[in-house]
Amino acid sequence: MSSLTIADVERIAALAHLELTDEEKQLFTKQLADILNYAEQLQAIDTTGVPATAHVNAALGVERADEPRPSLSTDEALGNAPDGAGEAGLFRVPRVIG
Amino acid sequence: MTLVDRTALEIRDGIAAGTISASEVCRVTLERMASANPRLNAFNHVAADRALERAAGIDRQRAAGLPLGPLGGVPIAVKDNMCVRGMRTTASSKILDSFIPPYDATVVQRLEAAGAVIVGKTNCDEFAMGSSNENSAYGPVRNPWNSDTTPGGSSGGSAAAVAARCVPLALGSDTGGSIRQPASFCGVVGLKPTYGRVSRYGLLAFASSLDQIGPFARTVRDAALALSVLAGHDPCDSTSSSAGVPDYSAALTGELKSIRVGVPRAFVSAGVDDSVRQAFDSALGTLRTHGATLVDIDLPHAKFAIPVYYLVATAEASSNLARYDGVKYGFRAALAKDASLKTMYSRTRDEGFGAEVKRRIMLGTYVLSAGYYDAFYLKAQQVRTLLRRDYERAFESVDVVAMPTSPIPPFRLGEKTADPLQMYLADIFTVSVNLAGLPGVSVPCGFAGELPIGFQLIGRMFDEATILRVADAFERVTEWNKAAPALA
Repeated sequence: MSSLTIADVERIAALAHLELTDEEKQLFTKQLADILNYAEQLQAIDTTGVPATAHVNAALGVERADEPRPSLSTDEALGNAPDGAGEAGLFRVPRVIG
Repeated sequence: MTLVDRTALEIRDGIAAGTISASEVCRVTLERMASANPRLNAFNHVAADRALERAAGIDRQRAAGLPLGPLGGVPIAVKDNMCVRGMRTTASSKILDSFIPPYDATVVQRLEAAGAVIVGKTNCDEFAMGSSNENSAYGPVRNPWNSDTTPGGSSGGSAAAVAARCVPLALGSDTGGSIRQPASFCGVVGLKPTYGRVSRYGLLAFASSLDQIGPFARTVRDAALALSVLAGHDPCDSTSSSAGVPDYSAALTGELKSIRVGVPRAFVSAGVDDSVRQAFDSALGTLRTHGATLVDIDLPHAKFAIPVYYLVATAEASSNLARYDGVKYGFRAALAKDASLKTMYSRTRDEGFGAEVKRRIMLGTYVLSAGYYDAFYLKAQQVRTLLRRDYERAFESVDVVAMPTSPIPPFRLGEKTADPLQMYLADIFTVSVNLAGLPGVSVPCGFAGELPIGFQLIGRMFDEATILRVADAFERVTEWNKAAPALA
C-alpha cells in the first residue's frame, strides 16, 4: 500500500510549480494515495523482457531540411503575453537576478 | 423535416443544388444555438459574424459557378481546445481565458478549405481532462436528453450540440474516450481515428501519445464524410501518418456477411449496468442477424487499462502543461512588486488551473519523479505493450472488436465528482483503444429510460473503413440514431 504524506505532496507540488492551499494538500494526499494504491495492481504482472511502449507509431526520427520558413511575427508572438514588452520584442517576467 | 434535422450531406447537397443558401443555413443554425445554449451551456463562444461572412462567401462562390468543396456551407462546431486564428480558444481553463490563437489548427484549415462554416467553440472539461464535462471553468454542459444529467466528457459540448440539432457536425478530441463516451451519452455517432490519422497541430496537447481529433455526427455517413476531409499527413505534425486516405464514404456498402466481430466476453462481463448489457447484447444480435459472425476473443490485459492509462496520460500531461506559466500567453496571477519568478509561476498555476488538472499534474509529476519512475511509469508503458499485443492477436481472427462504450448509462451531474477514482473507473472500455492507438466509433444502440446508450466498434490501425462500414450497416437496420431529445 502506498502511504503518501503531506510532505510528499508538498515536494511534488514544488516540482510541478503549484502553490497548493492547505485544503488542496489534504485532499490530494488522500486522492492521490487512492489512485496510486489502485495502480499497485500492475506490480503483479510479469513484464520481464517486455519493451516499453512510449508511442504506437513506428516512424520515429522524422527529419526535414533546416531551412528558414515563414513564422509568427514578433507582434503576433507577443500578442497573448500577460506582460509583453512589444517595443523591445521581449516577454517581461519578475526579476530573476539580484 | 426541418432544416436543423438535416445531415451534413443533405445540407451540402441542398446548397450545391441551390435549394437553400449557405447563408440561410447559417442563420437558422445560429438561431438554434441561441435558443438551445442557455439550457445546454454547450458553447464557450459563438462566432456569428465570422460564420455569416463565410457562409455568404460560399454563396458567392456558387453564384460564380465555382466548386464548393465536400463540406460546402455545412455548419460545424469545434471543441474549444483547438486553435482557430483570431477566435478565443480557452480549453475551458481560466489559465487561457484570454487566449487568441495567432494560427489555425490543421483540422481547422482542412475544414475551411472543404467549405465548412465554423459557428463556434464548444465547452469541454478543462484541457480535455474529465468524463463528465464538470471540470470546465465555464460550468458543466447539460445532457440534451435530461438537464440534470452529464453529457459525458471531455467533449461534452460537441456531443450535446450535435444531439440537440444545433449543428450536424462537431469536432472533439479523444485521449481516453473523450469523443466516444459523450457520443454514447448523447445518442450520436462519435469517431476516434487511429493515432496519427488526423493531424494534432493546433490541438492544445493533453497526452501527446494518446490525443486524437475526430468528428461527432448524427449519422455514420456524415462521420465518414468528415473523416475524409480531416485525415492525412501534415508536415506540422511528425506523428501524423502519410498512409493513403481511402474514400471512407465508398466503404459504406451495408454489407456485413464477411465481417467477423470479436467480443471480449470476459472483459465485458463484470461491472456493466443491466441497461447497457441489454442494449449491447441486442446490438450484437442485430449484427449477427444481418450476416456478421460473432467470435469470442480474449484481451487478458484489458482489465489493467485504467491504471496504465492514468499513469501514462498524467505523466504526459504534467510535461505538456508545464508551458502554462504566466509568461508567453494566458493568465498571470496578480503579485506583489518584489515577488520572485518562482512565486509567479506557482501562484499563476494554482489560480489558473482547476482541481482535476492540478490533480493530474501532481499524479504525473509523481510517477515521473526519481524513485517512482520504474515502478509506475515504466511499468505502465510495459503493460501498454502487452495490451497492444492482446489486440494484435485478436485482429488475427476478427475484423472488428465490439464493446459497450461506457459500462454505465449517463449519470447525474455531481454524482461522481467527490471521488476521482470512481470517475476514472467508468472509462474502462474506452482507454485501452487509445493506449493501442486503434480507431473506434461509438454508435447509438439503445436507451436506459430516456437516456441514450451506445456501443463501440474498434478496428485495426488505419482501418477506419471497416468499423465505419459495420457501424453504417448497423445504423441502416436500426432506428436508434433517429430519436431526438426533448430538450433541444
